[in-house]
Amino acid sequence: MTVSELAEKMELEVFCLGDPEHGIDSAYCGDLLSWVMGRAEMDNVWFTIMSNQNVAAVAVMTDLSCIVLTEGVKPDEQLLERAKTEGLNLLGTSLSTYRAAAAFAKLEDSPE
Amino acid sequence: MKDCAFDLHIHSALSPCAEDSSTPDVMAGLFALSGFDVIALTDHNSCGNCAAFLRACEHYGILGIPGMELNTSEEVHVVCLFPELAAAEDFSEYVYSKLPDIKNRSRIFGNQIYCSESGQPLREEEKLLISATEIGIYEVSDLVEERCGIAYPAHIDRQANSLLYNLGFWDGGMGFEIAEISMRCPDDFADSRPDIEGLPLIRGSDAHRMEQIPEKPLQHLPVEELSAQAVIDALRHLKKT
Repeated sequence: MTVSELAEKMELEVFCLGDPEHGIDSAYCGDLLSWVMGRAEMDNVWFTIMSNQNVAAVAVMTDLSCIVLTEGVKPDEQLLERAKTEGLNLLGTSLSTYRAAAAFAKLEDSPE
Repeated sequence: MKDCAFDLHIHSALSPCAEDSSTPDVMAGLFALSGFDVIALTDHNSCGNCAAFLRACEHYGILGIPGMELNTSEEVHVVCLFPELAAAEDFSEYVYSKLPDIKNRSRIFGNQIYCSESGQPLREEEKLLISATEIGIYEVSDLVEERCGIAYPAHIDRQANSLLYNLGFWDGGMGFEIAEISMRCPDDFADSRPDIEGLPLIRGSDAHRMEQIPEKPLQHLPVEELSAQAVIDALRHLKKT
C-alpha cells in the first residue's frame, strides 16, 4: 500500500504530500519523540498528536512513510513548512490514535 | 540587597537548534549590551560551553551562571543552574552518560559546536544532544541539589516539552519550588491552574538566536551579592508577588 492509497482509504486530511508513492510497512503510535526515534521502523506510518517541527526531523531521521496527526490536531506553521521542505507526507484524521491505528490494522489485513 | 536584571535560559551554538553564530561570547556580549546583570547558559543536556561562557561574561562585566536545559525521560525540559563550574561539568558528564547513543545529523537538527571564549569553533559534538535522557522528572531535583544547584521546569506554559503539557499537572513531590514561563506567556496564566497556585514564576527568554535577546530586561531579582550562589539562594526564597 502506498501513502496516497492510505490517504484515500482512511479519508485522511492532506497537509502535505511530498512523496505520495512511498510504500508503507506497518505503523508506530507514540508522542514522545525520543521513543519514536528509537523504535519506529523504516516505512512505518506514524500516528501521533505532536505537531511541532521536531516531528518532521524525527520522520526524516527514521525514514517513515508518513505522519498522521490524530485527534484532529493540525500541524503548526513550522512543522508544515519543514514537511514541505523535506518532501514528507503529512496527513491528519479526527480519529483518536487508537481508532486510527485500528482502522489501519484492518486495512493492512485486508487483501488488496 | 541589590536588584539584578536576569535571564537564566539562554542557548549557544552547542544546542543544535541554536544558530552557529550564537557563540557563548556573542550571547554574553549582547545580553550585557541589553542591560542584564546576570545570565545563565543552558544548552540542551550539556554544560560544554559554560567555561567559555563564564569567561566571556567576566570579560563583559556581567555575572554568568553555568547551567543546562535537561530533557528528562518524559521529554520535559528542566532548567538546572549551578553555583560552580565544576559542579555543572560534573552534572554534564553524568547527563552525557544518560543520553542515548544517537548520532546527530546536522542537516536535520543543526550543528553542535563547542566554542572557545572568543567564539572560535573548537570541535563538534557527535551525539545528538536534544534527545531525552534516561533521567526521570522525579530524580532531577535531588541530582541537582546534590551539586548545590537549583532545578525548575522550563516554559511550563508551552505545548512542547513542558511539565504541565507532558505530564498533565504539577506535583509537589517532584521537588521543584519555582517554575519558568515563556516570554509570551500571559500574566494571568496561573489563574486558571489551581495546581500551581502560589508557585513563583520567572520568565526565561530561551534565546537561541541573537534576535531573540530581549531589548531590555523585564524582571529583577533581589540578591545579597552578585554571585551565582546568591542568585540560586534568591531563587530558592522567591515568594509569589
